[in-house]
Amino acid sequence: MISDTAYIFQAGSPFWEVVGMTIRVSGTALLLACLFGIPLGIVIGMKGFSGKRLLQVLIYTGMGFPPVVVGLVTFLLLSHNGLLGFLEWLFTPTGMILAQTVLAFPLATGLTATAIGDVSPKLVLQVRSMGANIWQERWTVFFQARRGVMAAVLAALGRIISEVGAAMLVGGNIAGKTRVLSTAIILETRQGAFDLALALGMVLLGIALLANALMLRVGGRWQG
Amino acid sequence: MTQLIYHVKDLTKVIDKRVIVDVGDLEIRDGELFVIVGPNGAGKSTFLRLLHFLEEPTTGYIEFQGQPVSMPVPIEMRRRIGMVFQRPEFLDTNVLENVNYPLRLRKIRENGRVEDALTRLALTDFAQAHTSTLSGGELQRVALARLLVTQSNILLLDEPTANLDPYNAELIEDLIRELHREGATIVMVTHNIFQARRLAGRMGLMLNGQLVEVAPADTFFENPKDPRVKAFVDGEMVY
Repeated sequence: MISDTAYIFQAGSPFWEVVGMTIRVSGTALLLACLFGIPLGIVIGMKGFSGKRLLQVLIYTGMGFPPVVVGLVTFLLLSHNGLLGFLEWLFTPTGMILAQTVLAFPLATGLTATAIGDVSPKLVLQVRSMGANIWQERWTVFFQARRGVMAAVLAALGRIISEVGAAMLVGGNIAGKTRVLSTAIILETRQGAFDLALALGMVLLGIALLANALMLRVGGRWQG
Repeated sequence: MTQLIYHVKDLTKVIDKRVIVDVGDLEIRDGELFVIVGPNGAGKSTFLRLLHFLEEPTTGYIEFQGQPVSMPVPIEMRRRIGMVFQRPEFLDTNVLENVNYPLRLRKIRENGRVEDALTRLALTDFAQAHTSTLSGGELQRVALARLLVTQSNILLLDEPTANLDPYNAELIEDLIRELHREGATIVMVTHNIFQARRLAGRMGLMLNGQLVEVAPADTFFENPKDPRVKAFVDGEMVY
């Protein structure tokens, strides 16, 4: 149990376990959401197909899903009598990853689709006129939209790294097993350890800041 | 007789039941500088896109360098042609990358081609500048530099000096003359009748998608057969 502000940064402190779990859960969820969401966003942004409008409405609605509702649905799905109960993922990091992936996926998809869709059709025509084959054409559109895609990744990260509803419901905030920074902050606040809660909040903010700076640096370097 | 680059026969492009292009018969030969004039909305830009195989004709056909063309065209055929658009678009990066881009598409080593093109268009000082920081004239020069690096000798130019100041317009006109002297076949669209007179070897007036008269530039200006051409040349055409 984390109980002392000074103690938290010492080696062997449960704090590092909480930080590690936060990075593991949110990092894996972000990776999965981007792995599926960015390609789907590219397809939606580039192609016209029947049902595209409906798909867009669903994805944009998903972008605003309250984390606590996603957590509740995931909880029910993973609970003993739920559809996915046999997986035994409830109160495990894997269950938390599932819930956070569901939260991040619509953002990664929707904002990527918007960024790709915003690339001028005139540019596409001119790229074709310069001699691009279909794959070069698609890559160029993606390159042109790269800042928007990066914003999609950052928005998805922002949505999950600090959310508490789904992590609390699906993970259960079990010390040494599913406790992450956001749920630890809630716990410390409830126990009146405001200085510790604030310190943990600063660490969470620092991680988010670091991740954003890292991605923006990568994006800045990526000049084709 | 010089080689035939384009032979256009009964070519139409219909969009939303509106005939945009309707060209009965046109031949463009190797080394020609053919200028199409006409009012806005006459179908000139669409015709150029048809010549670059960027749009599929509704009816008719185009023979390119003696080969009948069917869509989609092989990429190598399109790469033999260079085109500058009236409103060029650029990659979200610097001038150097934009000019090098057509070579990257072709997987060709640049071997000084980019530097040559930048020098020729007085863009050396802007090589590292992002395209979003350039003026209209500078951007049009970047578009031409992008064309030069490919060393295509069949060029389609859509209003290459539209909305440019006299300095940039003259620089680009000089380049067009040079490229023509070097042997390029050029099809250019403009609504600037004075520019057409300065540059054209042969000319055509496009009205409502049709080429109403095609003639050597001297005949076109001095002794046109069609009264509409005379009206256009005299600046009396209301459109």
